[in-house]
Amino acid sequence: MSRLDPLIDHLLRRAGFGASQPDVDVFSRMSFGQAVAYLIDYEGRPDDVDARIGRPDHAQVTTRDIFAPDTDINEARQRWLFRMIHTRRPLQEKMALFWHNHFATAYSKLAGDAGAIQATKMMALRPGTLRGPRGQIELFREYALGSFRDLLIEVARDPAMLVWLDGQTNTRRKPQENFGREVMELFTVGVGQHTEQDVYAAARVFTGWNLRRSEGNRRDDVQAYREFFYNAEQHDTDAKPFSFPIYAHGGRTIPERSESQGMQDGVDLLTALAYHPETARRLARKFWNFFVSEIHPPDAAFIEAVAGVYLQNDTRIRPVVHYILSSPWFTDPSTRYARYSSPVEFVVRAVKEVGWQDLSLGTLLTPLVNMGLQLFEPPDVGGWPLGAGWFSTGTMLARANFAATLAANQRAHLVASLDEDERTSQALVETMLDRLTPAPFDAGPRQALGSYVQAIGSAGSSAAQVDARAAGLARLIVGSSEYQLL
Amino acid sequence: MRISRRLFIRDGVATVTLALTAPPFLSDIARAQGIRSRSLVVVYLGGGNDALNTLVAYRDPFYYSRRPTIAIAAGEVLQVGADASGKALGLHPRLGGLLDLFNEGRLALVQRVGYANSSRSHFEGTDIWGTANPLSSTGSGWLGRYFDTLPRPLDALAAWNTTSETPRALLSAQGGVPSIPNGSTYRFASPNRGQVVTLERAAAQTMAANAAVDRPHLAFLNAASRGALETLDRVTQATQYTPTIAYPGGGFGVALRTVAGAIVRGVGSRVFWVQTGGYDTHSQQGGGAGGAYGGLMATLGDGLRAFYNDLRNQGLANDTTVLVFSEFGRRISENGSQGTDHGAAGLMMALGGMVRGGLYGTAASLAPGDPTLENNSGDVRHETDFRSVYARVLDNWLGVNSVPILGGDFRAGAPAIF
Repeated sequence: MSRLDPLIDHLLRRAGFGASQPDVDVFSRMSFGQAVAYLIDYEGRPDDVDARIGRPDHAQVTTRDIFAPDTDINEARQRWLFRMIHTRRPLQEKMALFWHNHFATAYSKLAGDAGAIQATKMMALRPGTLRGPRGQIELFREYALGSFRDLLIEVARDPAMLVWLDGQTNTRRKPQENFGREVMELFTVGVGQHTEQDVYAAARVFTGWNLRRSEGNRRDDVQAYREFFYNAEQHDTDAKPFSFPIYAHGGRTIPERSESQGMQDGVDLLTALAYHPETARRLARKFWNFFVSEIHPPDAAFIEAVAGVYLQNDTRIRPVVHYILSSPWFTDPSTRYARYSSPVEFVVRAVKEVGWQDLSLGTLLTPLVNMGLQLFEPPDVGGWPLGAGWFSTGTMLARANFAATLAANQRAHLVASLDEDERTSQALVETMLDRLTPAPFDAGPRQALGSYVQAIGSAGSSAAQVDARAAGLARLIVGSSEYQLL
Repeated sequence: MRISRRLFIRDGVATVTLALTAPPFLSDIARAQGIRSRSLVVVYLGGGNDALNTLVAYRDPFYYSRRPTIAIAAGEVLQVGADASGKALGLHPRLGGLLDLFNEGRLALVQRVGYANSSRSHFEGTDIWGTANPLSSTGSGWLGRYFDTLPRPLDALAAWNTTSETPRALLSAQGGVPSIPNGSTYRFASPNRGQVVTLERAAAQTMAANAAVDRPHLAFLNAASRGALETLDRVTQATQYTPTIAYPGGGFGVALRTVAGAIVRGVGSRVFWVQTGGYDTHSQQGGGAGGAYGGLMATLGDGLRAFYNDLRNQGLANDTTVLVFSEFGRRISENGSQGTDHGAAGLMMALGGMVRGGLYGTAASLAPGDPTLENNSGDVRHETDFRSVYARVLDNWLGVNSVPILGGDFRAGAPAIF
């Protein structure tokens, strides 16, 4: 008997990071509809996960001195992994990951420009002890299911983005096209929906959207920071014509404005882009791949329906995701296990399902790099190559080897978590498959697991043999192709 | 195909050796029988190499006037003679390793390689060098298409990528180039010990053998797993190689030593991909022999020198060619931060026992207005199409017809490096 309704397991793999034993306890009492509501309406539950860092019954962090996730990027990475594993708001972290890939920004360019401490603050600062605006990932958390239009405006003013796409040097004399181009090509309407003239006009729209440094700005000062600054005298005040409508009445030209009023140009353009029907469809296609399937091409009816929900709700994402998770496309069994896990989804799910007893999250970072993903370090502004692009012989081996490391690390915990009657050779394979929820095993692979367990020792169930079998099965199942699918 | 009969036979045999899904050491057997397999090692200088400071036209007064702080003094360069246009040239002072190889006639320096309207984007530029199509930065790569010409099934180790991401040049319609940045982690790991590990590996092999015909995406993942499991032992053999000489430390030296191990142990890889970064020298690149760029040159020259000598000691220098490229050259004039910005044409190098060494092409004249320049004389204009170098490598080294692979005949004007 499965530990959870398979549909709820499916929901937790897609709208979260899989189900740990504590999650099973929470969700086993819910109907599917209640589980969707629990994930979506997370704001009723406090965002208290960071306060649990350091608790012995949680995963551990690796740190040189005092844990400093606001100023050390590797510690910021660990904090994010901790949140994915232990949050009571899994969909919020999942959406933060979605937006991190959508607005892909890489730490290394920021560090080259501003030094490691300032770059980490720009990526990951949680407001509290240190001065300065929140880091980019906090923005994605805050707007995880919020208005896309508002998120877009926040992203345009985000210090990390202003360094990443060179907005900080966008001036009246030398308009910088980088952000103007990508905001249309990658963040909203997509290729083929705008012209080169639109790119030049968009660059001029954002002239003067620059950065300002705090007083006493020293790179290694943890209290120093950079913040958005509308530099009115660097704003190009001329009118900017576009090839698509900017205003509800159909007008395509952003009018000439005074320097002091010039910031409205950017708000007008971003609003137009957020409400553009191609943006609605493009986000719908991305959500299809993220929530429904990477194997089936997007269903045209899904795209139109989701785009419609998005526009009817003033670009708010919460009703969109609610619609998707409740829709027949999501619940239909044909789309189950129809998505490739990204390395971070794979690793976090494995930790949640196998265990985290005394596991140090710092040890996850190098395996993740070997699998092709470093958090806060997408390869370029287009984000990571998703889906099948995650897999090669080398990355597949890296996943299997991580499964071995994790199984070795959780060996004792794994066995301790099994009931006496689950430890027999006969029961163990079923128990582990049920707990790890891989895609269905065909007869051949299923038989291979059985033969393996039998071969280790038909003699009986000495403690060492049970240890070896449980750890070996965890390694084989988590390292299997079936487990790589969500 | 303009390939001599001798070359054709030689490569025909080598291709068969490679193309079989070989038992691990077929190529050892082949070598014992006197049949050799050729290797191509591609070295990518990531970031856009400042070619004008790699090979210096040290008598050009504009070289010094346009690079007041980063130029290399005439007295410091390692002279390599003059090219066909009479320009006196010298290698960067930290390229002593390469000077020896040049003097032995084993290093070809191909100047001003590129294409029209050179991309200034790292991503697009690298992709264009990968696709071998200046008009497209997406789709399969030139070496991937070379693999597509080989008979199926292709050995899982036909290509060996030492970086963690598959470069576009190696992308093929068939997919699946193993990425083995670190041979020592490319092994079967287990939470157990002893006999249980053997059982585990057997189980993993059976699981990956599942054809999963009704689930193509699962079949794809199983193929990746099988590729890994099939190649593990050969990779281990390669990483256990003890070189004949010491390699310099650092990632580049380690990668080259691993490649040498794979070649010497005959794992059957035909193409290797090695990358060394740090070439995006926008600021403080340093002048003379010093600075960041001096370090890059020392890493490059010392690494390649060790690699070549090691293979020569093993009697394999004639079976190996190294091809060095970067996604673009850099601007002629230095910028305000003692560095150089993204430019156009660059320098390619070929190195190996069968390479016809020497200077190919002509250096640019850096005087503003000179026809060898472009972009308001800011950049070096290309003279040799990069695809013609690829054509030469494909036709004369790998022994395949370059025309279908490159989507056109680029043999005209190709430097005769073989």
